[in-house]
Amino acid sequence: MSTESNPATVARPAQPVRPATPKQIDPLVLTGSGAILKSLEHLGITDVFGLPGGAIMPFYDELMSSTSIRHILVRHEQGAGHAAEGYASSSGRVGVAIATSGPGATNLVTAIADAHMDSVPLLAITGQVFSTSMGTDAFQEVDIVGITMPITKHSFLVTRPEDVPATMAAAYHIATTGRPGPVLVDITKDCQQASAPFIWPDKVDLPGYRPVTKAHGKQIQAAAQLLAEAKRPVLYVGGGVVRAQASAELLELAEKTGAPVVTTLMARGAFPDSHEQHLGMPGMHGTVPAVLALQEADLLISLGARFDDRVTGKPSEFAPDAKIVHVDIDPAEISKIRVADVPIVGDAKDVIADLTIAYAAAAQHAPDTAEWWVRLNQLREQFPLGYDEPDDGLLSPQYVIERIGAITGPEGVYAAGVGQHQMWAAQFIKYERPNAWLNSGGAGTMGYAVPAAMGAKVAQPDRTVWAIDGDGCFQMTNQELATCTINDIPIKVAIINNSSLGMVRQWQTLFYNGRHSFTDLNTGHDTVMVPDFVKLAEAYGALGIRVTKKEDVDAAIKLANETNDRPVVLDFIVSRDAMVWPMVPQGVGNSSVQYAREHAPEWEEE
Amino acid sequence: MSHVLSLLVEDKPGLLTRVAGLFARRGFNIESLAVGKSEIPGLSRITVVVDVEELPLEQVTKQLNKLINVIKIVELDPTQTVEREHMLIKVRVDNTTRSQILEAASLFRARIVDVATDAIVIEVTGDTPKVQALLRVLEPYGIKEIAQSGLLAIGRGSKSITERVYKS
Repeated sequence: MSTESNPATVARPAQPVRPATPKQIDPLVLTGSGAILKSLEHLGITDVFGLPGGAIMPFYDELMSSTSIRHILVRHEQGAGHAAEGYASSSGRVGVAIATSGPGATNLVTAIADAHMDSVPLLAITGQVFSTSMGTDAFQEVDIVGITMPITKHSFLVTRPEDVPATMAAAYHIATTGRPGPVLVDITKDCQQASAPFIWPDKVDLPGYRPVTKAHGKQIQAAAQLLAEAKRPVLYVGGGVVRAQASAELLELAEKTGAPVVTTLMARGAFPDSHEQHLGMPGMHGTVPAVLALQEADLLISLGARFDDRVTGKPSEFAPDAKIVHVDIDPAEISKIRVADVPIVGDAKDVIADLTIAYAAAAQHAPDTAEWWVRLNQLREQFPLGYDEPDDGLLSPQYVIERIGAITGPEGVYAAGVGQHQMWAAQFIKYERPNAWLNSGGAGTMGYAVPAAMGAKVAQPDRTVWAIDGDGCFQMTNQELATCTINDIPIKVAIINNSSLGMVRQWQTLFYNGRHSFTDLNTGHDTVMVPDFVKLAEAYGALGIRVTKKEDVDAAIKLANETNDRPVVLDFIVSRDAMVWPMVPQGVGNSSVQYAREHAPEWEEE
Repeated sequence: MSHVLSLLVEDKPGLLTRVAGLFARRGFNIESLAVGKSEIPGLSRITVVVDVEELPLEQVTKQLNKLINVIKIVELDPTQTVEREHMLIKVRVDNTTRSQILEAASLFRARIVDVATDAIVIEVTGDTPKVQALLRVLEPYGIKEIAQSGLLAIGRGSKSITERVYKS
């Protein structure tokens, strides 16, 4: 088998941008910088996020004259990284972030790690000091290739201009095919300055990189057979289904088999929330029906999911009676946490389609899941998602988030930070389509929301894009509001302001005897409100509105959705005592899921 | 349990860091490592000995396979493999012990590669048990220093791990 794919056609962009690769007759002689730019153009890149500095200046000089690439100047390189992630996650196209050497490059590290955990196709381009100075502790020198080795799919150091086109093509190919991920290309300043013929490779052939996309027929048969015989099957859907753009195939499989579906945090939207076979999100803060369906299942069909600890709880007690069919494009995910009975390596889109066909052939009559559905429906009736109004008179954070989703609708894009507001946004916004929900699932990066929303808005300018953020998260990356205002990227930011690092505070309340050690941020009700988020928004040229009363919530959201001449920041002053429920305490089996605090027994240390 | 892995890799800067890093990330201790060129230009061969259970070994092998510069990984079956270590041993000698040490060395078909009045350097090649046995014999005389290569291993018979590397 050979992976002789043209790098310009390997991805499946939602909005294809593929200029044909012109055949060069007399190769153009370009500087290394010119070659980077030309390569980006060959790859169909139209938007990049970055911030210049000494070692990347030759490239920036070229970039200034580009007519096909829009560069968005961020205020911090981490913002460039998350913006590129948001761009990629909302559109399926690769995201590009550019930084200079040294601190510029290290500021990208968090976003690169985040993209690595969540399989986001990200191309990071960094300047490096002169190759003759490398290893001498030169000004702004760091070994960024070394630093990012464990958090990239691959990383390249380029020191010669003639190597630029092939390296850029390979980087794009690696980032976008197989299991997507971040690839870093570090390019020395002398390489950017020197000249060489620009020869674009016809194909990328990497002998050590040949991802399997089409699965083994025998394994598909075995999976179909199990599915046909199962009494209590569950389709356990992960982010891989979103990355593979396999939602249509999933819908068909689900409807053909009648099996219940759960979508993990990374997969929210991969299957419509309104579909009656959807039980919601599993895991630590999943719905009771989703958590218990996995626990009581006799068969899990895992599709692009990786048995994360936040989903499985204690792995030895996870889904004890279930046989496992594990579908993943990355062979290393299979049997990593839970040994699979039927391992299937392949692209979710192809595998699900093949599985649907094989199932139709294997199932002589519809499988008998009636009893299973009686149980699941009973759970749904008994334990719907819900919340109590806080008794301190402040806004309920769940209500605010629910209203944002209801008013904006399923065509919107929602990027969350990390913490309580992220869980509520995963629970209470109804997702009907993939790529509508962006968040930092694996890495749990506070500060993801604002720059990711910015990137999503650049990729999808016609969509309404919300950043659902916390008061803690917002203070980590809100400088990108300046980028949004200056570059006409009108995102909406909802700060779910509970004046604290809410998720940590919740754990302190539950597991540390209520000792709230250093989680008070003084941004909310009855505090000095430093900073004042409304004034901060105004300082950045955004519309800032504070919302404290339930009756004002809808009007504020509607005004935000109608305001498109600048970013909007809504400061929702919510109750700090609201907690995320249901919850499976860390380190115990998922059967111990707690619906609400009153239903919780005394918990041991987490 | 010890496993011998043979890796065919592209000869690229940082490759060894990437490979070693994967073992370190999982907390596996590399018992021995030998790196050298293969018969194909641009490709190197790494022989790794690692002490790990079957399941985590499978995981680390899969992770290694994900490295772009790793072309192929084979776990060598000890019954179908020729294994060799190479060791230089500096032993303390005096007039009373010299002849006994030379005799021991010759029994192990080891060679004397340096002689001084109070020490000699012995070169030995063999599988791990043989090299360890010689070390035990020499121990009482006083071993001043040893330098040891990683284990080298190659499958018996005509099959080669570089077959079909570029044809597939």
